[in-house]
Amino acid sequence: MAGISRDDVAHLAHLARIDIPESQLAHYATQLDAILDAVAKVSGLDTQDVVPMSHPVKMENVFREDIPAPSLNAQQALSGAPAVEDSRFRVPRILDEE
Amino acid sequence: MSELIRKDASELAALLSSSEVSAVEVTQAHLDRISQVDKKVHAFLHVDTAGALATAKDIDTRRAAGEKLGVLAGVPLALKDILATQGLPTTVGSRILEGWIPPYDATVVKKLREAGIVILGKTNMDEFAMGSSTEHSAYGPTHNPWDLERIPGGSGGGSSASLAAFEAPLAIGTDTGGSIRQPAAVTGTVGVKPTYGGVSRYGVVALASSLDQVGPCGRTVLDTALLHSVIAGHDPMDQTSINAPVPSVVQAAQRGDIAGMRIGVVKELGGEGYQAGVQQRFDEAVVVLQSLGAEIVEVSCPSFDYALAAYYLILPSECSSNLAKFDGIRFGMREGDDGTRSVEQVMSQTRAAGFGDEVIRRIILGTYALSAGYYDAYYGQAQKVRALIAQDFAKAFAKVDVLVSPTAPTTAFKIGEKMDDPLAMYLNDIATIPVNLAGLPGMSLPMGLAPEDGLPVGIQIMAPAMADDRLYNVGAALERALVSQWGAPILSSMAGV
Amino acid sequence: MAEPVIAYDEALKNFDPVLGLEVHVELGTRTKMFCGCSTEFGGEPNTHVCPVCLGLPGALPALNRIGVESAIRIGLALNCDIATWCRFARKNYFYPDMPKNFQTSQYDEPICFNGYLDVDIETDEGRKTFRVDIERAHMEEDTGKNTHMGGATGRIHGADYSLVDYNRAGIPLIEIVTKPITGTGKYAPEVAKAYVAALRDILRNLGVSDVKMEQGSLRCDVNLSLRPTPQDELGTRSETKNVNSLRSVERSVRYEVTRQAARLLKGERIVQETRHWHEDTGVTTSGRSKEQAEDYRYFPEPDLIPIAPSREWVEELRATLPENPAFRRARLTESWNLSDLEMQNLINAGVIDLVETAVNAGMSPDAARKWYTGELARVANERSVEVEELGVTHVELARIEELITSGALNDKLARQVLEGVVAREGDVDSIIASRGLAVVSDDGPLLEAIKAALAADPEVAEKIASGKLQAAGAVVGAVMKSTRGQADAARVRELLFAHLGVSE
Repeated sequence: MAGISRDDVAHLAHLARIDIPESQLAHYATQLDAILDAVAKVSGLDTQDVVPMSHPVKMENVFREDIPAPSLNAQQALSGAPAVEDSRFRVPRILDEE
Repeated sequence: MSELIRKDASELAALLSSSEVSAVEVTQAHLDRISQVDKKVHAFLHVDTAGALATAKDIDTRRAAGEKLGVLAGVPLALKDILATQGLPTTVGSRILEGWIPPYDATVVKKLREAGIVILGKTNMDEFAMGSSTEHSAYGPTHNPWDLERIPGGSGGGSSASLAAFEAPLAIGTDTGGSIRQPAAVTGTVGVKPTYGGVSRYGVVALASSLDQVGPCGRTVLDTALLHSVIAGHDPMDQTSINAPVPSVVQAAQRGDIAGMRIGVVKELGGEGYQAGVQQRFDEAVVVLQSLGAEIVEVSCPSFDYALAAYYLILPSECSSNLAKFDGIRFGMREGDDGTRSVEQVMSQTRAAGFGDEVIRRIILGTYALSAGYYDAYYGQAQKVRALIAQDFAKAFAKVDVLVSPTAPTTAFKIGEKMDDPLAMYLNDIATIPVNLAGLPGMSLPMGLAPEDGLPVGIQIMAPAMADDRLYNVGAALERALVSQWGAPILSSMAGV
Repeated sequence: MAEPVIAYDEALKNFDPVLGLEVHVELGTRTKMFCGCSTEFGGEPNTHVCPVCLGLPGALPALNRIGVESAIRIGLALNCDIATWCRFARKNYFYPDMPKNFQTSQYDEPICFNGYLDVDIETDEGRKTFRVDIERAHMEEDTGKNTHMGGATGRIHGADYSLVDYNRAGIPLIEIVTKPITGTGKYAPEVAKAYVAALRDILRNLGVSDVKMEQGSLRCDVNLSLRPTPQDELGTRSETKNVNSLRSVERSVRYEVTRQAARLLKGERIVQETRHWHEDTGVTTSGRSKEQAEDYRYFPEPDLIPIAPSREWVEELRATLPENPAFRRARLTESWNLSDLEMQNLINAGVIDLVETAVNAGMSPDAARKWYTGELARVANERSVEVEELGVTHVELARIEELITSGALNDKLARQVLEGVVAREGDVDSIIASRGLAVVSDDGPLLEAIKAALAADPEVAEKIASGKLQAAGAVVGAVMKSTRGQADAARVRELLFAHLGVSE
């Protein structure tokens, strides 16, 4: 299996929106490469007919009724916000239209 | 009467119930203890002196008025800083949440309040629960009361240290790969990870959603059981929580009778890679179990050799998604917003500044494992290994009632010893991880001191899903026998902080 | 900024268009998809929020049962298969209106799949039915709302900062995706519009959403690609957003065909990108490039439990489906013996439901139509409201019809009675009484009125008596006037002739 290169780390850091300084990219790559090597061990098991288990719980159909519950008020909702304006969360300029 | 802080929770509960002591007295005694020793131990990130005393006072008033209160009403508790507490800071051991005051309570916190339990404060932890030593806390490590130069385990080192240092008789932790059990083992205390879904995760900052569980911690099996029965139960706010009655853990802890029980020793969890003294005490404990009437059976779970690898693929994958919300927009730290930079730049800078390197490592690894082209080989494959691990457990539990193993491969190592080698750190969880992957309950309780270093070692008990009571039954039986053998509870051997 | 285009016909000579339509429906549930916050429109910013829809640390989603029901009903109405087992998945990407920076959606396990919708369009060869195959319909959640500040137009380019309101975050959405729609030829714009219109009809009929495109409860993204001939592989497609009306659907398809054709004929390639439709200028402009397709790193949502709708539950929900609108129209056209044009008039007037209710209560289809497309449509038009807003029910109409048949009311009086009903003066009988609108049925007063009219015009009696029967009209007119229209003209005429001893 392919390892993780410095460029891979840069690409992944962008996907994950973490501004890792240039100087640290290689260091992370080395560490991650070693970890990846160790976890790649999972490919050593024969899992041909195995159904993946994404969850320990075997339940189905858990629902909530469509009944309103109390909301936070605006003050509570905004209480932790780094920047607020006009009862809304103020965020730096967004470059791209979604 | 010996010092209040040396008493078990159940003893305190009895004294409080008969009004021989007041909740305020008990709380004050523990607050004093914290003031006295926490500069050295650093178990607490935040002590809520005013809140704790107010709760205690309220309990005393209500009791005096004749109101019927819960068993643990007035007993103090330390809360891992990963549970949202309305009005109290919740940092998850990270800079990115420095100063964050949640506008709501976790369900477990609500239950503790309803039970009249006095929350002393929030305890230290590895940042975002990623770690086995509490050295990854952004606020400095916690020190093991047995030897202040050693780690108290992780990620919930603060909670277990607070118990061992007699700063609190009860504590709450969370366990994703061993974060309750391994600290319990290296501090000589008791810790339980309930069946997945047994305790509500609502209000618990998520690390790996399919693995995380909140669990009770104490100095004795009975104390832990009492706390377990307070916090467990179905919660409609957590749709992964189990809609069934809580197993009768307190009864089981009071019983402690294992005659005729079949106990499996897991071949893959022991031997090579385990400190000699750890293995020795484990083998001795197994003999004790046998002497109590249990039948010992050797079982093999070959897929357990792959558990660590599967875990360190599944956890980073889920956490890379769970931690995306920490972006400086709605709460927590925001950095780099000088009015000229874009939101993307501010998010990226905030996260780089707010997350420690273990967190960043796992996010990057998880992002990789989920990427297009890699999903099947990594995350996908890990989920299949997980299924095999669950199958091995099922096969084992067809032959035995519980499984046992040493909880951790070593005793408490020195602070700084494993910080340069992430993989070496991950190995601490090698025995605890399998039950998280399968969603089964597990307990760690003290089984002695390692002969080579005099440090505590723990035995892990594992049971089938929803059979949490079996943990307490076996644990109580073993604890009674061992304490009798030692002449006193293990913490009496501790040199003292 | 505006790209060159070529004439539509020219484009179609050279290329075969392939359409893809993605429609998002905002469900009209009372609460959000994963929490109990209100979905009510309006509301002060950030007041319909909680730890869950704000994405606060520690919060967990709790799935709304009506969200699931609505998804299944929509799937059934679109002839889809309903999954026997499915899950939610996390779609991971960062954007300020996303509280968790992942959207809880469905990936490779949609709850509904493999459906179709037949739509009718007018072609040169007359009306044609076109089958649009539906790939899937799945559940997801809406995002918050960004308001861009500081820039000139309130649009994103040049904005200094943005303000985010999370009231909308978490509102249930159903995303309906078609398979590539091929074989439309030059009718691609019409098919697209007809599909969205038909879909909107069905959704409204199901009662799952108020489907108002202008308000955003029905959103359409238009995908379009061109290929030289139907035998060729699919070309690169563009995705156009901000298509906020049926008119925009049609126009944006037409425009994109011409824009892409212009590029291709010049030998340029089509960029796979998201474009923005501008209704005012009638063009699309470039948005984000999707050249490097976003890696959403989907994985099954661990905080939610799989959904396994039993076949019994699915059948129970199927029984709640109203009749398909197209089937209903065909059935009623036949049953009421209408021409297609007459039915179209009913639809255009928006009164088909009202007519059906009246007919079911016993009124004849013709009478019901007469009222609803005639007098009531006129009154509604005068007041600039919809017919159903007048509040005139079949009960009043049936009573008026009854009284007309018995002669107690004539058409002129009936219109006045109707005025009274619209003005909410009461029921038909009390209005007649209070306004004194009954046809005079007593011959006595009529005879008096006839005598008075004859006295006023002495010559007319002679004219009538001498055989000029048409002269009677003037007398009848005078009597009608003096009785303020409350006489039965035919009876007046009868009495007049009897009085004069003349036979008709």
